[in-house]
Amino acid sequence: MDTLKAKKRNEAFGRFITFLCAILVIIVTFSLVIFIASKGLKTFVKDGVSPIEFLTSTKWMPEASPPRVGALVFIIGSLAVAGLGIVISAPLSVASAIFMVDIAPSWGQRMLQPVIELFVGIPSVVYGWIGLSLLVPFIRNSIGGLGFSLLAGGLVLAVMMYPTITSVACDALRAIPGELNEASLALGATRWQTIYKVLLPAAMPGVLTAIILGLARGLGEALAVQMVIGNAMKIPSSLLDPVHTMTSIITMEMGNTAMNTLPNDVLWSIALLLLLISLAFIVLIRYIGKRGSMSNER
Amino acid sequence: MNAKITDKLATTIFYVIILAATALLAFLLGYILFKGLGVVNWHFLTAPAKTLSAGGGIGTQLFNSIIMLVVSMIFTVPLGLGGGIYLAEYAKPNFFTNAIRLCVETLASLPSIVVGLFGLLVFVNMTGWGYTLLGGALSLTVLNLPVMTRVCEDSIRTVKQELLEASLALGATKWQTIIKVVLPVALPGILTGIILTAGRVFGEAAAIMYTAGMSSPNLNFKAWSFTNPRSPINLMRPAETLAVHIWKVNSESLLPDARQIADGSSAVLILAVLIFNILARFIGSLLHKRLSGEK
Repeated sequence: MDTLKAKKRNEAFGRFITFLCAILVIIVTFSLVIFIASKGLKTFVKDGVSPIEFLTSTKWMPEASPPRVGALVFIIGSLAVAGLGIVISAPLSVASAIFMVDIAPSWGQRMLQPVIELFVGIPSVVYGWIGLSLLVPFIRNSIGGLGFSLLAGGLVLAVMMYPTITSVACDALRAIPGELNEASLALGATRWQTIYKVLLPAAMPGVLTAIILGLARGLGEALAVQMVIGNAMKIPSSLLDPVHTMTSIITMEMGNTAMNTLPNDVLWSIALLLLLISLAFIVLIRYIGKRGSMSNER
Repeated sequence: MNAKITDKLATTIFYVIILAATALLAFLLGYILFKGLGVVNWHFLTAPAKTLSAGGGIGTQLFNSIIMLVVSMIFTVPLGLGGGIYLAEYAKPNFFTNAIRLCVETLASLPSIVVGLFGLLVFVNMTGWGYTLLGGALSLTVLNLPVMTRVCEDSIRTVKQELLEASLALGATKWQTIIKVVLPVALPGILTGIILTAGRVFGEAAAIMYTAGMSSPNLNFKAWSFTNPRSPINLMRPAETLAVHIWKVNSESLLPDARQIADGSSAVLILAVLIFNILARFIGSLLHKRLSGEK
């Protein structure tokens, strides 16, 4: 009897401890969202800035009187840098994933897996430093402009997105049943036709998820981007113009502004916007996943 | 014929892309190591940083990075392991489990700077600690908790169901089975995950620049107490890490040799990442051989 009791207690203990760990994730996530939101909303509630002005004005003078806190320059800057990164990175990443899964599954996998892990492992400040010491001078000397530019930011981000997109796209391609591939080849299609007409469409939900995750990484990256984009307060009109992003303004100004003043509050509003964007991406990924599994069932 | 030519062309393009990606990685690693290792010597690795004149080292920052990694892993590993065990073994497919998964996903996709700001709010302001090593380590825990949970869950899920059933049939409780049977088998995967996560913690900067601070007292390596402000193991002191240091010397420092310091520090970070990666592979395959009885 005693041992049975001890066993039951032991079992309950284990279940309880692991349950606590799992519930901690929920608590942390909720408190993070609530804290950032309550700080970020102060700009609008306490300081009386209109959310429309925040999202659509390009006038950024939080220290002036009356202060103006339009964040559009940063929003456009972030979208431009991450957009450029994804345009460069997505085709190359998806091609790499196809190579690893369908063209050279044995040695391609063995060679590229460590390559991807190392790309992930390189710290973002090191990417930033390479960009600053190598890419920026290169752009300045051989293309033109200051070097600190949208182009430099996009290129650095493209490299940083590459491992994310490639590994998620790989998983998506691997999940396709082998029969699809074989059936297409048996019908006389070439490998490229099979990839282009059969495998890619079948893996499309997963590939889209990969690209969204890459975009999320790009939009959220702070230091590497901040180091190479020049951080100029204007909307870029060419690839060689300097830009400013949501993450770079937070990084640069958070230490220079006093807590609970408008110039500080508005930085939290930008952080809240970043948070909302990542939440939107999660919702989008879930939606794509559901649609994908539904179309597979039919 | 046309289709065949297109196929050949496409295959060639695939090869070119793969070779370019690999060459780029080799170039980046080579560039950082080649430029940086010339700066790295014993003095550089151990001397404290200087604020205005050349010739300083990264000793303090390197030490801070290491102790920050250790402290954050002390929190992250048990919590992630617990969450992973729950999700893999206990969780039933219901609303609550779905909520946990959604939270893990959300937390994992957040920009690290947002996690850093959360840390600033909670571990710096609300607690009234100011910039501390502990605050930085806890922020890193928030950042890596979802990754760790997922790695542990995935490793545990790869354990064969028969093992579990055999142990339960022998009269062991589920918890005993998990501790004595499932975890040892899942260990190689979990360890690999821990080491790879550690590599990422080592290079993280955005999440800790506003929690552990961008300065550090010059450490006194003779004072080992938790309360001495210059003690290496005092958790309540500011602790600028190596990654934060690279950013700082580039953006707001007045050092005449900022370039060399950034070069050297980058090389040290890259070396650490390489070591972590090799170690993960090595330990993973070693343990796998040991546990699966292959020679």
